[in-house]
Amino acid sequence: MNNTHATPARRFDLGATLLTLLTIIAAVIWFFPVYWGIVTSLRYDDQTVKDFALIPMEPTLKNYIFDIQNSNLPIWYLNSTIVSVGVTFLVVFMGACTGFAISQLNFPGRKALWWMILASFMVPVSALIVNHFIIIADIKLLNTHLGIILPMLIAPVTVIVYKQFFDGLPKEFREAAVMDGSTEFQLFFRVFLPMNWGVTTALAIITFIGAWNSFLWPFLAAQDEMMMTVTVGITAVQDTFGVAYGRVLAGAVLAGLPVATAYLLFQRRVTQAITLSAGIKG
Amino acid sequence: MLRNRRTEITTALILIAPFLIVYLWLFIWPTIQMIEMSFQKAPLIGKGKWTGFDNYIRMFKDATFRIAVKNTAYFVLLSVVPGTVVALSIAMMVSRLKGRMQSLVLAAFFLPYVLPVTVVYVIWDWMTNVQFGMVQGLITFVVGEPVNIWRTVDWFMPGVAILTIWWTNGFSILLFLAGLRNIPTELYEAAQLDGATRFQIFFRITFPLLWPITVLCLTIQLILQLKIFDQVYLFAQGGQTRSTMVLVQYIFEQAFQKNNGGYSATLALALFVIVLAFSLLQFQILRVRGQR
Repeated sequence: MNNTHATPARRFDLGATLLTLLTIIAAVIWFFPVYWGIVTSLRYDDQTVKDFALIPMEPTLKNYIFDIQNSNLPIWYLNSTIVSVGVTFLVVFMGACTGFAISQLNFPGRKALWWMILASFMVPVSALIVNHFIIIADIKLLNTHLGIILPMLIAPVTVIVYKQFFDGLPKEFREAAVMDGSTEFQLFFRVFLPMNWGVTTALAIITFIGAWNSFLWPFLAAQDEMMMTVTVGITAVQDTFGVAYGRVLAGAVLAGLPVATAYLLFQRRVTQAITLSAGIKG
Repeated sequence: MLRNRRTEITTALILIAPFLIVYLWLFIWPTIQMIEMSFQKAPLIGKGKWTGFDNYIRMFKDATFRIAVKNTAYFVLLSVVPGTVVALSIAMMVSRLKGRMQSLVLAAFFLPYVLPVTVVYVIWDWMTNVQFGMVQGLITFVVGEPVNIWRTVDWFMPGVAILTIWWTNGFSILLFLAGLRNIPTELYEAAQLDGATRFQIFFRITFPLLWPITVLCLTIQLILQLKIFDQVYLFAQGGQTRSTMVLVQYIFEQAFQKNNGGYSATLALALFVIVLAFSLLQFQILRVRGQR
């Protein structure tokens, strides 16, 4: 009797250990392409197609230095930073203002605006690229930072997340502040916005990552190599360097570094932003 | 009181003004413009000539359009359901782990999601290089010889689908993890006391409770993958693009390479309608779920 009792427990443990081991192996395999890209970028160019050791024996930053000195990478980096920071600031700011107005203030057309925003959530912005191009070309903003930024500002999700967050706050906050004689603006900037700093950070990080990574629109809007973002630019590195994989991968590592770092530093915020924008509680 | 009411409205208008301007100018206006252009024979930049339904008739007769629709559907088929199954499996494996180990393993699975598509492209171009790619060992083992995936039509879409799953799966994994965390542990404890097997626990408890999230992941992925462009464009670069053409790519080609603004607007409108139809379906599903 005792034996039959003990066996399932022990077998359960073995199964659990095996499953954990399997999980770790799967994670290692999953991450391997990224690791392999980094390793290759640290090898001398003539070694990338000869040396397949999993750990680089004589790592070098030569490819990185070459990229920085011989391509427009520094300028692309600057362009990406300006565009991504601009998009992030504007999207979050407009989202917070609009979300607050729809949630807390009474104005004509409020319901209609809210339904329009919900509806636009379903519309594919990538179907509008042709007409975005025409509009931006019309006002002579192609190959400018502003021209790249503008069509990327359509982000109804941010408004939706803010509106829902403000809806969840107790009514007393607003009543107390109004009693004190503060204006709606003061209420918004001093009470409501500071109260959801967490949501704001989360949305800002995910918006930044999205802006940094966006490809199709920046690719169309900036044909001039000096105006390209780094995400688009690294494919140009590939064209000029041919099959020099070490250099191409060094460029890719540099392009991915800011977003990967942002994620690793703010893992919990990124998770929060993703679950919030999908409409589920984490 | 009346004064208060008026200031409230003024404040609201000031707060929504920036958003509303951007929204009307860069969302509503291009949509109207697109519909108008779809009835014209027009270059990308410049005045067009009204041609009625010519573009639409052309679209329905266009063999390349049919290829693009077929390829897009094929890609959706290859990526959406398999991707969701993989994400669910990974989420279940990750959710068993604790503390540091969990965040480390999750980071390994999630990191590709935050990378730009061009970085993903460069990494996989290297991984699948015919001569030196690490994947070729596996391919040689299975089919006997290395394969130039991105220049072989039969391999192209499955290849793009696999790396898209690798790239975008982190999103679904997070949703599933959130769903798993919301399942009360008492349910599992009770099931274990009753002597339920792992399979019974999964199919009787975990999976039914995760079903709403599964539907959410499936529809989000479906709508996302209908708009596939970047990966296909990057990997088809320099090669023959027609046989692997997808919808957004065809819009891009007609507008920016062939200067057919009018026809590209018609194609864009077709994509618009397809995505909208699926989104409405998603909305409906979510609403039904909400009523439950």
